[in-house]
Amino acid sequence: MVTVNGISKSFYDGKVQAVKSVSFDVRSGELFGVIGPDGAGKTTLFRMLTTLLLPDGGSASVLEFDIVKDYRKIRRHAGYMPGRFSLYQDLTVEENLNFFATLFGTSIAENYHLIRDIYIQIEPFKTRRAGKLSGGMKQKLALCCALIHQPRVLFLDEPTTGVDPVSRKEFWEMLKRLKEQGITILVSTPYMDEATRCDRIALMQYGEILAVDTPASIINKYPETLYAVKSAEIPRLLSDLRQYDNTLRCFSFGEHLHLSLRKEDGNALDELQEYLYGRDHRNVSITDTTPTIEDCFIRLLK
Amino acid sequence: METVIKTERLSKHFGNFIAVNEITFNVERGEIFGFLGANGAGKTTAMRMLIGLSKPTSGAASIAGFDVYRQTEQIKRNIGYMSQRFSLYEDLTVMENIRFFGGIYGLREKMLKAKGEKIVNELGLASERNKLVASIPLGWKQKLAFSVAVLHDPKIVFLDEPTGGVDPLTRRQFWDLIYARTLEGMTVFITTHYMDEAEYCNRLSIMVDGRINALGSPSELRQQYAASSMDEVFFKLAREARRTDN
Amino acid sequence: MPASSSQLLTFIRKEFAHVLRDRKTLLILFGLPIVQIIIFGFALTNEVKNASILAVDYARDEVSSEIISKLKASKYFDVETTSSSHLDILSGFQAGSAKLAVVFPENFASDLRHFNSAALQVITDGSDPNTANTLTNYVRSIVIDYQSENFTTHGNASGIRAEVRMLYNPQLKGAHNFVPGVMALVLMLICVMMTAVSIVREKELGTMEVLLVSPFKPELVILSKAIPYLILSLVNVASILFLSVFVLELPVKGSVALLFAESTLFIFTSLALGLFISVRAQTQQTAMLISLLGMLLPTLLFSGFMFPIENMPKALQIISNVVPARWYYTIVKAIMIKGLGIGALWKETLILGGMGMFFLVVSLKNFKIRLA
Repeated sequence: MVTVNGISKSFYDGKVQAVKSVSFDVRSGELFGVIGPDGAGKTTLFRMLTTLLLPDGGSASVLEFDIVKDYRKIRRHAGYMPGRFSLYQDLTVEENLNFFATLFGTSIAENYHLIRDIYIQIEPFKTRRAGKLSGGMKQKLALCCALIHQPRVLFLDEPTTGVDPVSRKEFWEMLKRLKEQGITILVSTPYMDEATRCDRIALMQYGEILAVDTPASIINKYPETLYAVKSAEIPRLLSDLRQYDNTLRCFSFGEHLHLSLRKEDGNALDELQEYLYGRDHRNVSITDTTPTIEDCFIRLLK
Repeated sequence: METVIKTERLSKHFGNFIAVNEITFNVERGEIFGFLGANGAGKTTAMRMLIGLSKPTSGAASIAGFDVYRQTEQIKRNIGYMSQRFSLYEDLTVMENIRFFGGIYGLREKMLKAKGEKIVNELGLASERNKLVASIPLGWKQKLAFSVAVLHDPKIVFLDEPTGGVDPLTRRQFWDLIYARTLEGMTVFITTHYMDEAEYCNRLSIMVDGRINALGSPSELRQQYAASSMDEVFFKLAREARRTDN
Repeated sequence: MPASSSQLLTFIRKEFAHVLRDRKTLLILFGLPIVQIIIFGFALTNEVKNASILAVDYARDEVSSEIISKLKASKYFDVETTSSSHLDILSGFQAGSAKLAVVFPENFASDLRHFNSAALQVITDGSDPNTANTLTNYVRSIVIDYQSENFTTHGNASGIRAEVRMLYNPQLKGAHNFVPGVMALVLMLICVMMTAVSIVREKELGTMEVLLVSPFKPELVILSKAIPYLILSLVNVASILFLSVFVLELPVKGSVALLFAESTLFIFTSLALGLFISVRAQTQQTAMLISLLGMLLPTLLFSGFMFPIENMPKALQIISNVVPARWYYTIVKAIMIKGLGIGALWKETLILGGMGMFFLVVSLKNFKIRLA
């Protein structure tokens, strides 16, 4: 569906390298996530794939069409939802949808079944001006407008940024249902926890891809054992663990600390317990834990 | 224990719409207080009342001992604020931003210089000090914005989603900065959409439809809602919401 | 230092930094006054020099030829002597090649000698009342000069009288000048600025991004933006004409249909110009600034509306040829005030149309199908 071969893009005469030789594939019908923080290059990458920017180097194709030469064909069959709300604020919900349907040579009636599940939630507000909608509704409208022409591939650039966790969850559920209709979906997001909802993901930072695989494989590839450590005083625990000579890596993760050790022979855990007891930590608990994508990301960053 | 934020049945009405509905909570000195809620629950409106940007419709509140109705100027002088939308001037350099905000807070030249040096060294920005803020990476910007917001050593700092979109490492470094300040006695009032950050707070409140429906430490709330994570607590509460950010 | 004044200083320092780092604004802040001084100080003037006038000498006596040589010697006039008829005057005025005609009747000198009074006919092109007035006064002063040098008037004799007739604008209404000027200005402003801003707004808001990733054809989008402004502008033309005819009592001498047709052409050219600007501008602010400074100012200065083009130095005259409003202004005046038809105006019409096509073609070619 989408093939990317070493594409790069830089700005300001090469001073800022936004995307550095990125390569990956997306298969038909996949829900593919590009996971990375702000500034990683996700938006620039998406803009190249949707033919809005020309790459400086490398090549890519969407639906077998080259992004440089056959951009017109891509534009006809791709759906695009850019990072910030980009619909007409002074047109109503219905007018916006109508406009985009007409733009692609179709009508709301023709493709209503595609957007029904989502549109139903905003239909009561269809005569309201888009600018007066809440954030969550704007999102849903933008998604409908991207879907109304029955695209074969959908590009969603940070659709859940700035949205609360509940709305984010709902949004991903909508995406799952869309996937079931056979649409290939590429989503970019800075939220690591959303990675597990994708079929495959690419971790991205500083313009480079750190890893491409299924979330499960990436987690499996985490080489060290990860421990969730807790005690009565977390802040002090963190600094003590960081000073411990057998600590490879230690970061806070909510109510626990995630710790990996340099050497993991049989005594390692006992020695750790002793150290912590010696530092006056009470109620220490050390348990094996499965790494999250965020753990993997942090490890890859260093 | 000094109570630095006191609210009692604080409300804000916009015509018939009740954005904030009689919220009551206190924050003690040195606490990290998390102020959570879905979009549209009323968080932003509530926060604006606390920092003196908006006048409440009814109820009472005091910040660092100053009344939110009559003493907003004193409040503004005694707090730090880092907003999500804007923090630093992109077309000024790192040092120029520090000098500007320091000047606004009334810091004297010598003090300003010393603090400026301290900040750029602590953040590792010493070599970037004369670079335009627009050219430094986002993570550094956020850390710098925080340092600037607390330049004048305020009693309380209000942070509005300060780590949105930032990479996981920088997020943790940001929290290191926050912890360091609370050890010195600063109180931190923070809103966030990252549930793991909710865990870093001493106590938190969750707003639903304009009311505070949950108030307590993370472990208390997890127990109360029989949840294994703050994520779950949040979901359980948000499901009760009737107002879907309208 | 008290807190508030050091705060003030801090703010001032910051504002200076913002301003000095914005190259484009700096250019305008410093460049504009300099350009204005040069233009207004040296180039533009209401003073008339080397105005083209006709002298029709039926008298052919020593008085008439002396007055004519005085006129020729004056720096104000460029005299073309014709001894034939009034028809020459009419065609000269219609073509705009003569602004004033001085006619000496047959017995000029003898009337003067015998009756101590003779009439000199001065016919002026009233479609430009300011210039007409100025030129007439120059003629009068030259005649008075001549009189005082050669004659002394005694008693009730009035000497040489200049009888002034205004062609096209007998009552010397200022409306004749500013109605066409206002039309050119208003149409230009609306069409250029609104089109430019409208297209750039899409870029700024991000809707352009979404439009681009679709099978949209640039030509369609542009057309759809142009048409509302076209219709609006024609309504404007209609209302200006209505007010001018019924309130200002300035009738349209020529064909109203032709006026609308030429207006449509000018609107088309202005829309194309707006499009041209929108392709280059990145923000609405830039689009507005360029429209105002790049279009409004030149139109005011170089269309001939405020300052006669003939009085400008060559360099500025050449610049004025590039300003579309200049051609439209000439056309409107010709139709409204002189009652001319397409036959006399085909050259200007062609130029205006050509400009429009040029802007359109170049803009379509450069219309960005990508974000960068």
